[in-house]
Amino acid sequence: MGSYVLRRVLQMIPVFFGTTLLIFVMVYSLPGDPVTALFGDKAADPAVVASIKHTYYLDQPIWKQYLHYMGNLFQGDFGTSFTGRPVSDIMADAFPVTIRLALMAFVFEMVLGLALGVLSGLKRGSIADTLVLILTLVVISIPVFVLAYIAQTVFATNLGWVTPTVQDSYDLTQLVLPATVLGSLSLAYVARLTRTSIGENLRADYIRTAVAKGLPRRTIISRHLLRNSLIPVVTFLGTDLGALMGGAIVTEGIFNVQGIGNVLYRAINQKEGPTVVGIVTVLVIVYLVASLLVDLLYAVLDPRIRYA
Amino acid sequence: MTTVIENNQKNDRLEVGTPLLEVKDLHVEFHTRDGIAKAVNGVNYSVAAGETLAVLGESGSGKSVTAQTIMGILDMPPGKVTQGQILFRGQDMLTMGNEERRKIRGQKIAMIFQDALSALNPVLSVGYQLGEMFRVHQGASKKEAKEKAIELMDRVRIPAARQRVNDYPHQFSGGMRQRIMIAMALSLQPDLIIADEPTTALDVTVQAQVMDLLAELQAEYNMGLILITHDLGVVADVADKIAVMYAGRIVETAPVHELYANPAHPYTKGLLRSIPRLDQKGQELYAIKGLPPNLLKVPAGCAFNPRCDVATDLCRTEIPALHHVTDKDGKELTGRRSACHLWKETLHG
Ligand SMILES: Nc1ncnc2c1ncn2[C@@H]1O[C@H](COP(=O)(O)OP(=O)(O)O)[C@@H](O)[C@H]1O
Ligand SMILES: [Mg+2]
Repeated sequence: MGSYVLRRVLQMIPVFFGTTLLIFVMVYSLPGDPVTALFGDKAADPAVVASIKHTYYLDQPIWKQYLHYMGNLFQGDFGTSFTGRPVSDIMADAFPVTIRLALMAFVFEMVLGLALGVLSGLKRGSIADTLVLILTLVVISIPVFVLAYIAQTVFATNLGWVTPTVQDSYDLTQLVLPATVLGSLSLAYVARLTRTSIGENLRADYIRTAVAKGLPRRTIISRHLLRNSLIPVVTFLGTDLGALMGGAIVTEGIFNVQGIGNVLYRAINQKEGPTVVGIVTVLVIVYLVASLLVDLLYAVLDPRIRYA
Repeated sequence: MTTVIENNQKNDRLEVGTPLLEVKDLHVEFHTRDGIAKAVNGVNYSVAAGETLAVLGESGSGKSVTAQTIMGILDMPPGKVTQGQILFRGQDMLTMGNEERRKIRGQKIAMIFQDALSALNPVLSVGYQLGEMFRVHQGASKKEAKEKAIELMDRVRIPAARQRVNDYPHQFSGGMRQRIMIAMALSLQPDLIIADEPTTALDVTVQAQVMDLLAELQAEYNMGLILITHDLGVVADVADKIAVMYAGRIVETAPVHELYANPAHPYTKGLLRSIPRLDQKGQELYAIKGLPPNLLKVPAGCAFNPRCDVATDLCRTEIPALHHVTDKDGKELTGRRSACHLWKETLHG
């Protein structure tokens, strides 16, 4: 087990370098000159441009820029954005917002998705089951931004329960609607996955054994059926936590949530290398750690799985 | 050593020979996309306390479906009991309420399945799965249940039971897993155990050990045993009587040695001839020609007629009843019946 974890952590190193390099190259190859763009329509003084480029190391070839960036990174310095703010400050502001948003979406998809999945899995062919199937299909087939606009129209414009966009990103109640929209797609997947898994396990031999043992129905469901059925769902949920943070970009944009999604969007538009690379790197690490935790959790849930 | 079994010795233990279970004219069908498959068509059999009934027949003949119906674990739908009674100690289980039925399962009638690996829950320890019987049915504490699980594992001769009680099913060998299934079935000392091909999934060397253990425990606790198998070789030593099934019907019943010595149905004869024997080494093994019938369209008349060497026109039109059979002098042979128009020729010819 310990050596497995160590191996997985070591595997993260090449992934880390690969990702940062890739993002670096991609930002570098975006069209347009970021520094000239800073001046907008005004004509830029070539001397000023040159000096800014020098401060941000932009006058160097890309491999030198990368080495310089990585060198700083290992001293805990994520670099500075064009506004002069350290990237680490920007992330310290934005990440908590996105983490809250993602966690709320996660709780929403987990609780409701599991409940709906178990309900429809146990009562296959019932009205409730059909309803769950149709609703989840609708959610899956509608793009997130359409869903977001529908939610805005219904809950803000028609019902007036909330403002269409978020005014204060640190106010949890204002994040409820964006979190619901963000979690809805995964909720549909969780519900369907749970339903399928329960349906398969219901037919399993060991459930038949449990019935033959004379166990009461609720014991069969809670002790024998759910535990087995939830293994694939837990795996999905674990990987999804990382995906939700990355997936928040669209939702954050629509609802004006000041999280990393919004920051990243702006940074890409302005070709702000350090900000983009910093955020993406942290996201990748979150994702890698989450999937390692999922694999370990998997071994806890299913004793047949052993890592060596 | 006091065993679990002795600890919860029941006072309503039946005398040897008291009727335990009677299946009467049982009909079960499956409603499938292709039509109605009549899997069980009027099965009758009975088991008494301390008695072993072997149910024999090729795969697909309805042995398991009958057992599942007795146990109340038939998949419904697609399965449906259309006719018949299953009397347990005189009470029809098919008309009982769910809760009453549940209290019989595990406590009065227990079942052993063919594939212990899939029949045991993969994510729960064997100790938990054994102890669960005592926790649910007798309100035992976690600790008591575990102790009883260890005793049971000892009883079915699993080495180092105490060290292995927290292991999971996949950590045991096939034979050990089947011993755990046997221990589980035995845990509450039921009146009747139904073992559905308990040794089919095991290595030949292990088969005999498991079979011996089962027979030994059955005799010790005076239980009724229904032993389902498609292997005539397995049952010779342990069974008292045999019921041979074909296409959802009983085609012959007999005390075990009489059936071996003198079958009264061509199908049984064919089955006996297809057992490999040492003195026939080198000779080609006999096999009954043809295949078991498709249950969606069972042949008219005797279902076995297309595969039968002696079938007549009568066999192709009229379903034979399960006749009592007599010896050459016309004296009825107790316990012997045959569903063949030509039983006389088969038995005496
Ligand atoms: N769940 C089911 N759904 C449909 N058909 C079934 C089901 N279970 C059994 N059958 C049918 O019933 C027939 C008898 O099966 P079974 O009792 O399992 O045979 P066996 O004698 O080998 O134990 C088979 O032909 C099978 O196709
Ligand atoms: Mg079978």
